[in-house]
Amino acid sequence: MEPNAGGPLLEIADLSKVYGPLKALDQVTLNVDQGEWLSIVGPSGSGKTTLMNIVGCMDQPTAGAVRLDGRDLSALGAKELTQVRRETVGLIFQKFHMIGHLTALENVMVAQYYHSLPDESEALAALGRVGLAERATHLPSQLSGGEQQRVCIARALINYPKLVLADEPTGNLDADNERIVLDLFAQLHEQGTTLIVVTHDPAVAAQGEREVRLDHGRIVQEIRHRAARPGQVLKEAGHVA
Amino acid sequence: MAARMIARSVTRRRSRVAIAVAAVAIGATTLFSLASIALDIPRQMSREMRSYGANLLVLPADGAEAVTPEAAEAVAGTISAEQLIGFAPYRYFNVRINEQPFLASGTDLESARTVSPYWHVEGAWPERAGELLIGSDVAAVTALGAGEAVSVVVGTDAEGPVAHPFTITGVLSTGGSEDALVAMSLADAEALAGPGGYDVVEFSIASQPDQIAALAESINAEQPGQSAQPDQSAQSAQPAVRAAPVKRLTQSDTYVLDMLQSLLVIVSLIVLALTMIGVSTTMMAVVAERRTEIGLRKALGASNRSVVAEFMAEGMVLGVVGGIGGVVIGYALAVAISDNVFHRVPAFSWPLAAATCAAAVGVTWLANRVPVRRAAEVDPAIVLRGE
Repeated sequence: MEPNAGGPLLEIADLSKVYGPLKALDQVTLNVDQGEWLSIVGPSGSGKTTLMNIVGCMDQPTAGAVRLDGRDLSALGAKELTQVRRETVGLIFQKFHMIGHLTALENVMVAQYYHSLPDESEALAALGRVGLAERATHLPSQLSGGEQQRVCIARALINYPKLVLADEPTGNLDADNERIVLDLFAQLHEQGTTLIVVTHDPAVAAQGEREVRLDHGRIVQEIRHRAARPGQVLKEAGHVA
Repeated sequence: MAARMIARSVTRRRSRVAIAVAAVAIGATTLFSLASIALDIPRQMSREMRSYGANLLVLPADGAEAVTPEAAEAVAGTISAEQLIGFAPYRYFNVRINEQPFLASGTDLESARTVSPYWHVEGAWPERAGELLIGSDVAAVTALGAGEAVSVVVGTDAEGPVAHPFTITGVLSTGGSEDALVAMSLADAEALAGPGGYDVVEFSIASQPDQIAALAESINAEQPGQSAQPDQSAQSAQPAVRAAPVKRLTQSDTYVLDMLQSLLVIVSLIVLALTMIGVSTTMMAVVAERRTEIGLRKALGASNRSVVAEFMAEGMVLGVVGGIGGVVIGYALAVAISDNVFHRVPAFSWPLAAATCAAAVGVTWLANRVPVRRAAEVDPAIVLRGE
């Protein structure tokens, strides 16, 4: 498979995922361009997490096609999916999920270790980029929620992934830390990183260039945001049949 | 990085690691202490059996009147110095004390004390010529006791019975046939009964019953000191002595050893099985509570093989630490048990220590295998779902 060059980084066509009688995703079609910041919103049970799992190479669709960076994920086995996830995707979770007995620096290095080779100075530099260089030797229990999420962002970015998937990244943060995290996402977006952010928060969703609303496994609305200046958002809404 | 992660997991998850190590160490402790005692029992029992007296008798061969001192020395020469505890020659003859007949025994009293440490003397042991011990039965019959003078009458010759003055230094009691004896030094015996060889020589040997039996056979088959000259006559080629193991003691020795060793082997196997169950349960709980961490590692790109290898390696570290701890504590336990039961301290066995550590690692490996493999199958999506 040739890596995708110039076209959409993620191409989803008629994607369905069925759990018994439940249709978690129902013929979803969605493209995400390289460097785009996409927000996915929707109520609980709308299929957001299922879509994230499939895009994050942690689940397989029942029907339809998913191409990530030119590779058809639906045709890959578990080992190949792990490889794609390792090389292409950076994951950020709502509950942070740091390894409790490792320091902030070591948590970042774990991602390096599974990707290629750990490099302590590079991991320290990644922590520096999220403003936590001086907290590198602290254990997760010694970090605030906002600091833990910033460590997770550093961990997600350490291997220079083409796609960053963030699941409710500000769900457990206060307003100040939410602002810090969103500023970091804005920096990544400016640097050309492709972002897909799942959120319940309209303010967070509005930070993306595009917002997709899921309901009962289908895309029911797509909104394109145009940021005029920081904090101000113009909307162009379009409903999907 | 793998080593660093394992080291951090072991050093920073102290309470969990302590539980897992304790589970391994308890098994290793019991295993090492039981095995130490089981391996040491033959040595312990051999020493114990020694205190019950001789385990090999050397007697005159058929047709011979006595065992010569040279033949006794020759037999002793065939036994290694490490194994030979001692040997005591005995010469028996009849005496009369207070007009009553008794059996007297001339022996090397110092050697007799070594070979028969269970001889209990009330009073003192003879140290000079003209001193003797009387058995407790003799004392009861004659109403004599330690410190009293006594006339020992031997035989009859042309001038009639000869009385020899002696001093009783102590009363001997063994609970056996020695209680009916009058015991004195070989020199005094020769003075009373005239020169002559030994009626029996008792050997105390620190060896296993089968080895003693083999030694007896060897003595009977090939007489030590026997000349190998081709012109030796048929008569002189016959052994001058014959050897006989003390059967009752050696059989009980074997029986007790076999029984104890079988018991300890069975207990050790049960302990090993219980350890396996205990460690397995503990490891299952430890791995289960790290399910999310395993899911996270997989979400970060870890393969199943990598997760299994890391967790198994961590388990091996716990096995080694638990094994070493178990050996240290187990030896202390073995010393305490042996000291209380056998009044001996077992030697520390490095091969057994290595085997115990290997068993601890092996049990931990087996106990870890199923839960870790199962955990490695965990769906990384559980992390995204926030479980």
